[in-house]
Amino acid sequence: MTLIVAACASTEAPRPKVAAPRPAADKALLARGEALAALGNCRTCHTLPDGKSYAGGVPFKTAFGTVYSTNITPDVESGIGAWTEAEFIRAMREGVDREGHNLYPVFPYDHFTHVTDDDDRAIYAYLMSRTPVKARHPHNELVFPVNIRASMSVWKKLYFKPGPHQDDPARSRAYNRGAYLVDGLGHCGGCHTPRNAAGAEVPGRELDGGEAEGWHAYAINARSQAPTPWTEATLTAYLKHGWQADHGVSRGPMAPVTDELGDVPEEDLRAIATYLVTLMGSRAAEPAPAAAQAAPSEGAAIYAGACAQCHDGTQPLPFGGIALPQSIGVSGESPRNLFNVILYGLPPAEGEAAPMMPAFEGALDDRQLTQLAAWLRVRFSRREPWTEAQLEHELREARRKGGEGARYPAGGNAIDPAKGS
Amino acid sequence: MKLDVNGQVHDIASEPDTPLLYVLRDELHLNGAKYGCGLGQCGACTVLADGEAIFSCVTPVAALGGRRITTLEGLGTAARPGAVQRAFIEEQAAQCGFCIPGMIVRAEALLRAHPDPTEAQIRTALQPHLCRCGTHMRILKAVRRAAKA
Repeated sequence: MTLIVAACASTEAPRPKVAAPRPAADKALLARGEALAALGNCRTCHTLPDGKSYAGGVPFKTAFGTVYSTNITPDVESGIGAWTEAEFIRAMREGVDREGHNLYPVFPYDHFTHVTDDDDRAIYAYLMSRTPVKARHPHNELVFPVNIRASMSVWKKLYFKPGPHQDDPARSRAYNRGAYLVDGLGHCGGCHTPRNAAGAEVPGRELDGGEAEGWHAYAINARSQAPTPWTEATLTAYLKHGWQADHGVSRGPMAPVTDELGDVPEEDLRAIATYLVTLMGSRAAEPAPAAAQAAPSEGAAIYAGACAQCHDGTQPLPFGGIALPQSIGVSGESPRNLFNVILYGLPPAEGEAAPMMPAFEGALDDRQLTQLAAWLRVRFSRREPWTEAQLEHELREARRKGGEGARYPAGGNAIDPAKGS
Repeated sequence: MKLDVNGQVHDIASEPDTPLLYVLRDELHLNGAKYGCGLGQCGACTVLADGEAIFSCVTPVAALGGRRITTLEGLGTAARPGAVQRAFIEEQAAQCGFCIPGMIVRAEALLRAHPDPTEAQIRTALQPHLCRCGTHMRILKAVRRAAKA
């Protein structure tokens, strides 16, 4: 391993940090860069809670240790103020820093490599137009040999396929635009594709469903478990507003994604929806299961006393709870997200009207939680019941992760309830 | 079913899916916990279950057999208020007072888990509680005072 590492180490000499020439202030370019930065959701990973936008420092706990996101404000010393446009494009394209050292793939260059030079230029111009923030962060805490950046050359050889996105000439412009955004800048697969033991997205299983900050990221291809099939219109509305009447509110790590997408040109959101809905294929909406299917259990009493006030389907979204036959939390393949929302609730957004849900962490014990989840599944979903082992395992995991990804207020901030339906 | 409230075991006649708040107020005549929103969003109904703060308005009594419930009444009496209650009185932390029972119970849970909480811990703990009149600074002071008591 040492030999390989040495052979792959960067040979570029360190260069002094001087301010890079700033791109000309072109309003249209900056606006496009801002929209693209939102589509790439740069802010969420590069901003601490209560921190300055893009100043970095967010810890990412991986199987190999903790990586801290970097400061991507134009501060010369601690940010990217010394980076030239060419160096920025190279980082996006090849996953290397200013001096040519490998970046860790927590930064999703496996997707960003598909972004066009034109789009990279707009993002660069936008980031360089932000207020510089001086912010230094802790060093990454990684295990050997991953702690040596050069070791990423091996990872890259195995899993990194650099190169531009290829349009499918047989498909529509919107489809190709959507595919470009989903596979490239949007890096949807970062969460929605399962990863292998090396932390790489599993080839051939794109968008089959993965994990993010303790949450299950649902399959968003033909394996989608959404009880009501998504349409181009409903998915566009969901991405734009953070909620949709047939599907509920975005929550967990998806909530900041839809928050960012709110101001993106609707044409781009519709393109994403066109592409994803094509992948999902069409199927008929499933009727809700009959009440008689679910045997009475303690879960039924807990539902009646704790859930039904908001979730009986009589209060309109987004402030009322979703009717559970429409909830993918109940119909998804894993009960993880259902446990996450019951345990940790949906925290209210500060100073804004937004959907929220109380946390039941202290109110219900493990047996009651598994009974409730099992009963909800049989009562409100047509999918196979979850097994006892699956329920216990997912509850244990949801508790172990302690709701790290549950800190985000639900999507639908500052929303007009008349929209999204 | 049987329910342990403030150290006393009661026979409960209510249906198992009845929220605890109704059992406390209507059956046991313990009116400390208040009905605010009925949706677990305002915190006025907060009580302790085995020391953990819960919203009694959205917790069915069926879920609480075998757990020890503590309400505001269990923390002290008008003649002999508990430490947190005393701190709230001394800081005059109530304006209309409707939300205060929940705040006191939440503060009790906080101080049992963190006897010397930071300002951030106090604010985070009280975050699920709405107060429409506005003695917020006095409420914070009262919790700090109770921590020092």
